[in-house]
Amino acid sequence: MNKAALILALIAAPALAEPDATALERLVKQDCGSCHGLTLKGGLGPNITPETLAHYQVEGLAAVILDGVPGTPMPPWRPLLTADDAAWIAEYLLNGDHE
Amino acid sequence: MNRSRYVFGGAAPVARRATPPEYLEQDEAGPVLLLGKNTPVRHLLKAAAVVLCTALATTGAQAQATGDLGLVVERASGSLLVVDQSERARIGRIEGLGDLSHASLVYSPDERFAYVFGRDGGLTKVDILERQIVARVMQAGNSIGGAISDDGRYVAVSNYQPGGVRVFDADTLEMVADIPTGSKTIGLVDIPGTRFVFSLWDAGETWIADLSGDAPQVTKITGMGKNPYDALVTGDGRTYIAGLFGEDHLTALDLWQENPAPQPILPGYAGGREGLPVYKMPHLEGWALAGTDFVLPAMGQHEVLWVDARSLQETGRTAVHGQPVFAMARPDGRQVWVNFAHPLNDTIQVIDTLTKQVIHQFKPGPGVLHMEFTPRGHEVWLSVRDAGRVMVYDTETFEKLREIEAKNPSGIFFTARAHKTGL
Repeated sequence: MNKAALILALIAAPALAEPDATALERLVKQDCGSCHGLTLKGGLGPNITPETLAHYQVEGLAAVILDGVPGTPMPPWRPLLTADDAAWIAEYLLNGDHE
Repeated sequence: MNRSRYVFGGAAPVARRATPPEYLEQDEAGPVLLLGKNTPVRHLLKAAAVVLCTALATTGAQAQATGDLGLVVERASGSLLVVDQSERARIGRIEGLGDLSHASLVYSPDERFAYVFGRDGGLTKVDILERQIVARVMQAGNSIGGAISDDGRYVAVSNYQPGGVRVFDADTLEMVADIPTGSKTIGLVDIPGTRFVFSLWDAGETWIADLSGDAPQVTKITGMGKNPYDALVTGDGRTYIAGLFGEDHLTALDLWQENPAPQPILPGYAGGREGLPVYKMPHLEGWALAGTDFVLPAMGQHEVLWVDARSLQETGRTAVHGQPVFAMARPDGRQVWVNFAHPLNDTIQVIDTLTKQVIHQFKPGPGVLHMEFTPRGHEVWLSVRDAGRVMVYDTETFEKLREIEAKNPSGIFFTARAHKTGL
C-alpha cells in the first residue's frame, strides 16, 4: 500500500465506523421489512413497532439484532453490522419517529 | 388509435425490437354488420347500425388484448405498473393499493382482472384494461399470498394475522368461507377440483380445502415437519413440496393419492454443516421443475439442490453465490436463474440444467428482488428495487434489452400465469 492510500484509509476508517443513518433506515425498511413488513407491523417475523418493543432497552434490542434469536428465523446481523449500527437501529425502532 | 401514444416507459432503451408491431387503424376496425338487401326495415336499422358500430368499435381493434401484458408491484408506493411484455414498456399505472411489501397477485381466467394480495391484509381486484381498482376489501390484519381456483370462481388468501385462509367470491370479493387454522399459513396454492392446499407454519401441517361443494371440506395432513416457510405445487397439481425452516429436509406430498403421506426429501442436506444466516427466506413456486428434476433453494446453505421429479431422490447440488431466494427454471427448463438474499442481492447466476454448472453471473444492480420469464422464456424481466428499474434481458445472449423506470419494483407477474396451476 502506498503512502497516499494509507492516509486515505486512515481518514476513511473513522468515517466508516459512524452509523450511516440513510443506509440503516433503508436497511430497516427494506431488509428487516422482508420478514417484519415494510411498516414493521409484522409478517413471518413479529410486529416490531415501538409499542410492541416497549419492554426493550436499547442495549438488549441491539444484542438481539447482533446475535439473532436462536431457533427462530431471526438471523444474527453481526456479520453485516457494527455494534454502533445495531444501537442506532435499536434506538430508531424504539423511538418510532418514523412511519 | 395508436397504442404507442400510451407507451411512456423505457427509461433507457438499449435495443429496439426488430419488427415494430402494427395496429389496425380505426377505419379498418369496425365490425361488419350484415343487413340483407331486401330487408324492409333496412333503412330503419341503418341509423341504429351506425350507433352500434360506433359502440362496438371500442371492443374491436381499439381494444387491447391482455395476453402479453403484466403487472409490476411498486412496493413502497402501493401501486402497480401495467406493462407490455412484447413492447418491453410500461403502459399505465394503478394506484391506491395500500402496503404492497411482499405483495403477490393472481389473474382471472380471462386475463383481464388481477387479485392483489397486500401485506396489510388488503385484497384488491384491479382491471388491467381500465387501469383501475374495481373492488377492495381489508380481509385480515396481515397476509402473505393467495391463489385462484381452477374454475376462476374463488380467490383464497393466506393470512399471518389472524392465521388461516379466507375464500372470496372472485366477482364480488364477498367472503364465502373462513378457515381458521390457529397458525400462520403459508404456501397456499390451487389444485384441480376447485381445491386449495396450504401449510401451517406453527403446526407443521398441510391442509387441503375442497370448495367444489356447498361448504368447504378440509383434509388435514399432519407430520409435515417443523416450520414450513413456503411451498410449491407442480403444474399438474400432483406434487406439493414444503420447504422447512426448522428441519434439515423438505417434505413432499403426492396429491394424486387418496391419502397423501408426507415424504421427506433431501434428508440431512446440510449434513451437520453450520447453518449460515438467512437474511431473506427463500421462495418456492411451481417454476421449480427443470427438465426431469426439481431445483430447490437450500435453507442456510449457499446451494441449490436437485431432485428427480419422480423418485424424489437427490440428483446433484450446485454451489452458488449466496443464500438463494428464487431458483426459477426458464419455462423450457433448460436454464435456472437464481437471485440471492441481502447483502448479495445485486447478483444473478444462471445455471445450465444439463451440467448443473453456473454458466453466467452478472450484477443487474442493487436489490434484485424478482424475476419473471416471458411465457416461452426468450426474455426475462428483473426488478432491481434500489435502482428503481425493471430490466429486460435476452436469456440466450444475456444482453440487456431495456430498462423501465419503476418505483421500488418487487414482484413481476405476466398474465400467462392465469393458465398455470399453482401460480
